Amino acid sequence: MIFSNKRSRQILRHAKPAGGSSSPNCHHLFSWYMIFNLTELLLFHRQEIMKWNGWGYNDSKFIYNKNGQAEFTGKRYRLSGMIIPGLRDWMESTFGATVQHKTPATPVLNTSAVQPPTLNEAFVEGIKSTGIPFSHDPEDRVFRSHGHCLHEIFPLREGKVGRVPDMVVWPKCHNDVVKTVELACKHNVCLIPFGGGTSVSSALECPPEETRSIVSLDTSQMNRVLWIDEKNLTAHVEAGIIGQDLERLLNESGYCTGHEPDSMEFSSLGGWVATRASGMKKNIYGNIEDLVVHIKMVTPRGVIEKSCQGPRMSTGPDVHHFILGSEGTLGVVTEVTMKIRPVPEYQKYGSVVFPNFEQGVACLREVARQRCAPASIRLMDNEQFQFGHALKPQVSSIFTSFLDGLKKFYITKFKGFDPSRLCVATLLFEGDREKVLQHEKQVYDIAAKFGGLAAGEDNGQRGYMLTFVIAYLRDLGMDYFVIGESFETSVPWDRVLDICRNVKARIVQECKDRGVQFQPLSTCRVTQTYDAGACVYFYFAFNYRGLSDPLHVYAQVEHAAREEILANGGSLSHHHGVGKLRKEWMRETVSDVGLGMLKSVKDYVDPNNIFGNRNLL
Amino acid sequence: MTNTYRDVGVAGQQDEEDFVDILEERRLSSDLGFALRTFSPQLHKGSPPCSSAELHRAVLESQYLRYVTKEVAMETGSCEQEVREEVCGILGEMSQNLQLRFIRLMAYMMTKVFKTVFSAIFVNVEGLNMLQQATQENPVILMPNHRSYIDFLVISYIMFSYDIPVPVIAAGIPLAGMKIVGEILRRSGAFFIRRAIGSDRLYWAVLSEYVRTVVRKGFAPLEFFVEGLRSRTLKSISPKLGMMHMVLEPFLKGEVYDITLVPISISYDRVLEESLLAHELLGVPKPRESTMGLLKASSVLQENYGSMHVNFGRPLSVRQLCEGKINRCQYNLTPRDLPQKPSADVQACVSWMAHLMVRIQEEGSRISPWSLMACLLLQTPATVLTEQGLLWHRLTEKTLWLRRLALDFGAHLNWPEQIPDSDVLLSTLALHRTVVHQKAGRVFLVWGGEPEGRHPVSPEEGVMRTAAAALMLVSYRNQSLHVFVRPALLATAMSVTKSTERDDLLAYFCFLQDVFSNEFIFIPGRSSQDFEEAGYLLKKCKAVHISQQEVTVSDSGLEVLSFLQELLKPFINSYQLMFRYLCEDADQIFTEKQFLHAVRTLATNAVLSGELDTYEVLSSNVQKNVLSALQRLRMATKVKRSENEEYKVDRAAVGRAGDVLSGKVPPQVLRATPAARL
Repeated sequence: MIFSNKRSRQILRHAKPAGGSSSPNCHHLFSWYMIFNLTELLLFHRQEIMKWNGWGYNDSKFIYNKNGQAEFTGKRYRLSGMIIPGLRDWMESTFGATVQHKTPATPVLNTSAVQPPTLNEAFVEGIKSTGIPFSHDPEDRVFRSHGHCLHEIFPLREGKVGRVPDMVVWPKCHNDVVKTVELACKHNVCLIPFGGGTSVSSALECPPEETRSIVSLDTSQMNRVLWIDEKNLTAHVEAGIIGQDLERLLNESGYCTGHEPDSMEFSSLGGWVATRASGMKKNIYGNIEDLVVHIKMVTPRGVIEKSCQGPRMSTGPDVHHFILGSEGTLGVVTEVTMKIRPVPEYQKYGSVVFPNFEQGVACLREVARQRCAPASIRLMDNEQFQFGHALKPQVSSIFTSFLDGLKKFYITKFKGFDPSRLCVATLLFEGDREKVLQHEKQVYDIAAKFGGLAAGEDNGQRGYMLTFVIAYLRDLGMDYFVIGESFETSVPWDRVLDICRNVKARIVQECKDRGVQFQPLSTCRVTQTYDAGACVYFYFAFNYRGLSDPLHVYAQVEHAAREEILANGGSLSHHHGVGKLRKEWMRETVSDVGLGMLKSVKDYVDPNNIFGNRNLL
Repeated sequence: MTNTYRDVGVAGQQDEEDFVDILEERRLSSDLGFALRTFSPQLHKGSPPCSSAELHRAVLESQYLRYVTKEVAMETGSCEQEVREEVCGILGEMSQNLQLRFIRLMAYMMTKVFKTVFSAIFVNVEGLNMLQQATQENPVILMPNHRSYIDFLVISYIMFSYDIPVPVIAAGIPLAGMKIVGEILRRSGAFFIRRAIGSDRLYWAVLSEYVRTVVRKGFAPLEFFVEGLRSRTLKSISPKLGMMHMVLEPFLKGEVYDITLVPISISYDRVLEESLLAHELLGVPKPRESTMGLLKASSVLQENYGSMHVNFGRPLSVRQLCEGKINRCQYNLTPRDLPQKPSADVQACVSWMAHLMVRIQEEGSRISPWSLMACLLLQTPATVLTEQGLLWHRLTEKTLWLRRLALDFGAHLNWPEQIPDSDVLLSTLALHRTVVHQKAGRVFLVWGGEPEGRHPVSPEEGVMRTAAAALMLVSYRNQSLHVFVRPALLATAMSVTKSTERDDLLAYFCFLQDVFSNEFIFIPGRSSQDFEEAGYLLKKCKAVHISQQEVTVSDSGLEVLSFLQELLKPFINSYQLMFRYLCEDADQIFTEKQFLHAVRTLATNAVLSGELDTYEVLSSNVQKNVLSALQRLRMATKVKRSENEEYKVDRAAVGRAGDVLSGKVPPQVLRATPAARL
């Protein structure tokens, strides 16, 4: 059966908010309580509530209101409905992006711009006979044709659509996937698994050279928590579940996974496994590879899974590691057993101001050395600190603004911090109350040794909120000639400062050399600490007014920045993955033999390249 | 490898007008006022000032030195504390102690000296502006050529005048030994390096960490002479690579974003040390640097030395120079603090870059009329110059001809435009009256210190005296040699091979470059471009016709070609003589000292018998260059026997090389160590 658009619209219209008002103690920055569970409502047509050519929910975006002030619309986030007085000035002073120069996006997809589907009739017949829902509606297909790289979103805003999947299928369970993959093998169609669609590595792009019918396998209907094992603290979950739903469902039973990647509102469990995702609170809960106990994946060769749930095994190379990071090239992850933890009793944000970035990094390094990192610790550089400031919502009382003034005075005048050099670390502690407080003291004591001053819970919390809204901000930028993106790496401790300085400088220089007329924003933060190194995130954006091919310039600069990262001892990726965007560097990254190993696994598992997204290799 | 110094940007493209005489203002205002001027240079962004004590500490506490200390302690069996103390000792001996008040003191004293000694010190303001900009962006390395002791502080003096941070300067340790002066230099930013460090691992470690720390911290530019020492011959010296490696490492390892190299060409009309130099080359030892010596030499300061040009070249980005030549990922797998032998690509690139810098220094230098005159005087038989004299108007005519040729070849001349040419040449002659003098319309060589002095005691001494005067001429000729050397190699190839085939000429051209690359600076791996360039220049001055396969002499080309051939002849003849000696008479194994002595005797006799018409072979510089060249070409090896270092020569190979040089045998490709080539 083909799921009708009409039906889903009706469902949406009748949907009512499930919860009431936000609880003041709600520690999450976006609200679980909101209206609907993405997947529960059979969200076949996600474009109904999500942007088809931008980030996130349709109702949430930055706009300049009637008074010319920046405002964040909607009701979903803490920032929603608020005026952000400093944002417009920041946009103007940082990018030279003024309200006069607008580049609005095409509001509605022109379906005639979408190529008619190349259907494999035999496969379609097969799917029909299994009863698995499918569609070749242009909107459904376009929505699943891309991730969120700049070069994927930018053309969509201009109404340009490239190669898109010819068909979308929605298997509802593991067995549906088995049937779909069997049919695909039998009729030689290309399958591209699709989870949350938040990829930033061109992983979801349809290879232009692919001549077979491309079928997007949307996992969103496999979204159940199948069981919770309270004795072993594990949960068995279908891999299509979206992060926020998983967390909410487990919370109902008093548990959590603690896995919170920045994209968790939209990304799926299967996607995490397929890209080796990393969560903000990995210091307590671990990254995805530490969290999974058991994985089930359907491949053209059949189903791969382990026979038991032993917490660790010495049985040759861990086959899970063929799956983790396979980026949809080997099969579809259908079910995962994950570790769970009781919801922590107490959570506390915090922040520390450092006189400069060097001191901040030294502090993070010491925290890592003493292995006392809080659930999350992140260090923003000065540009991001200023950016964070620009995103402060309008303060409601004179008292608050007075307090802010006092704080600023204390830090810059009394403590002598240079406002153009200081930087901020944001912290999140979790656990039982007493331990959290103890832990907090330990970390603040270390910070003090590096000239750090505690700067309050509020600043910390706002820092984490920015993580979720920063993606929305790119859409505002794109409305006003500003394009940008983030990319990440991991690097040994002794290289952190050097890589930050060099990559930022390289970006500025490349922009200049390539004729970018405005000073770019080139900033970074250290987002994760490990025993032997850290994860560094770079943000890079510029005003492209005056450039004839901004995307090309952007791609060249990003390419140069990646070269610089590699030349400075950074990795190709910490958690975004390789996709097609970075695969040119795979050989030098893993060596000839390494690449050969991966290739031979691919050749064995999927000799006909059914999973033909051409990522990684 | 298409990168050339031309692509990169040649220093000194500026016109004469851009040069400003910095002494002009000094002559008009108070010296004390100048010394006490407000000095507020803009420092490179983000790098706070760094006292010498802080620098000291940073070096001492570096992971690298701690590691090497431990290793040395293990090797020598001494305790770590002892080695650490040794490190402190080395550091104490080495380190600079830059203080503004001493810069002011220097500024005061030097203003006094410069005003009496020089008629002008010209600097190119545009270059200084670029430098000032560069100091604010990245760590800057100032790389002047080294011709005189004056070079040493003149840069700091100029920096001080133009509000640019004064540099930390690498200097030879003998200067540190001078009473008071050593300390003044130290406080003016000099740090001192021992000569012949050899295999003293600890010393290398301290020095390299010191240099790297200066570069990393970026609190002041670093100045060093890439040629390694003062050129006694006024000719560029093949660059030394050790310091270059140290300086570049912070970039290669990603510790700084980029490093800016600023080639600086210092040209003198007349060098203060001129007569000292010639004698040194003839084997009279150089006086030890001492404060007393300096005071004694102050009589030197009574004379006029004409003007001085300091040309600041366009700042070069190391990052750009290394692009595509070095894979920086090679430092990813070992901690950067650990000692690591540079890989082949790094060695090749560093060598290339060092040679490039020397070439840019050459290109940026200003050539005086005197240097052109010296070229011509040396092509006149010595007897003419000492006995009957050279007709002045003939010399004038030829000099003006050579000026046109030099301009055709792209040289930058220091030739005042507003003054009639004859006056220019006369004043040039007057400036160099210690070398030549004019009487009755004829020019004579000043002989043995006095014009037409008494008759010599012995013929040998006569040779030495003429040689002393000739070597002074040689030095000044050397100032312009780089302009002519590439076309001269081609001209020589044409006459020796008697071929017009490009391929034959190129083969011989490359052979000459291989043999003479201790004499002239050739950028490694650029032979065929150099060949093209030579052809282009000869064609430009209408000396040759060039087709796809052939290079032929044009009707009017003989004058140019024979001048160029004559220019190289002293080198070819000297090398021939020594090659012959090595494969016929010399012992198979000898020390450098034995070799120098034997060659000197042989050459003196050859000159006396009229067999040899050049005095250049008497220069210890040429003699040592031959030894280095043979070693480089693997025709000689250095062996260590008891106390002495000895040379062992492959006679057959040297004989073959001699045969090729004289054109008896066509060249087979001689190749120097591959690492030096890209």
